[in-house]
Amino acid sequence: MKVSDLNKFDEFSLLSDDKDTEITGVFCCDLLSIAMGKAPSGSAWVTVMANVNTLAVASLTDVACIILAEGTTFDSTLIDKAKEEGIAVYKTDLPIFDAALLVKNSL
Amino acid sequence: MAELMELNYTVSNEDFTRAGEASSDVKKKLKQLGVSPDAIRKVAIALYEGEINMIIHAYGGKIKVTISEDAITLILADKGPGIADIEKAMQAGYSTAPDKVRSLGFGAGMGLPNMKKNSDQMDIKTELGVGTTVTMVINI
Ligand SMILES: Nc1ncnc2c1ncn2[C@@H]1O[C@H](COP(=O)(O)OP(=O)(O)O)[C@@H](O)[C@H]1O
Ligand SMILES: [Mg+2]
Repeated sequence: MKVSDLNKFDEFSLLSDDKDTEITGVFCCDLLSIAMGKAPSGSAWVTVMANVNTLAVASLTDVACIILAEGTTFDSTLIDKAKEEGIAVYKTDLPIFDAALLVKNSL
Repeated sequence: MAELMELNYTVSNEDFTRAGEASSDVKKKLKQLGVSPDAIRKVAIALYEGEINMIIHAYGGKIKVTISEDAITLILADKGPGIADIEKAMQAGYSTAPDKVRSLGFGAGMGLPNMKKNSDQMDIKTELGVGTTVTMVINI
């Protein structure tokens, strides 16, 4: 499944720009140091941690996209920054596990 | 070991919004140089953790990155409080980070272990009240 295929789900709404990168797995973690060390490149990273450092970690680990769960979101400054850096960001009201499962079951 | 490039950055005190700037820039340059994705990821992780540590635990500092044909050397120098017990600091999960920092997703005590894991050589020179210099070498 490509990142842009997430657009088809009612559960996910796109905050920045999507892309055609293939999603190769799903990774869940809110501790940025752990995510930094472990998030596989190409994975969809599901987290409730929504701050500027989330973008830095996503960019440095080359994850396919960020999915902000539990209704967390980015403000407009962060959305602009995500667009600038070409990071696809989605948000969802689903809990982390359910969001991750939904993506995983669609891979 | 011919030196191809030297990059210098200043990390400012307490500025979390800018954390990762040096790592992102180095990552871009390494990509342009055609360094392997694996080595780039190691450098990015090691440098980002180092950057964050300089912001959380010291008062910012300076980063020097030297790229040669077979290795990338990262030198992170700060004039912070120094590390009292390096062995303890190196343990996964050990952290003195304040709650404010934890609420941002840092302070899991994984930084130094991540840095060690992702570098081929790591050396910490530290003196209480004077500062800390972390040197990491990543072979390419
Ligand atoms: N540059 C530094 N200056 C002073 N103390 C440091 C520095 N880097 C790390 N430390 C100390 O080592 C501990 C462990 O660091 P680290 O593994 O990165 O975990 P964390 O940053 O999550 O606390 C820190 O909590 C801090 O006490
Ligand atoms: Mg740290």
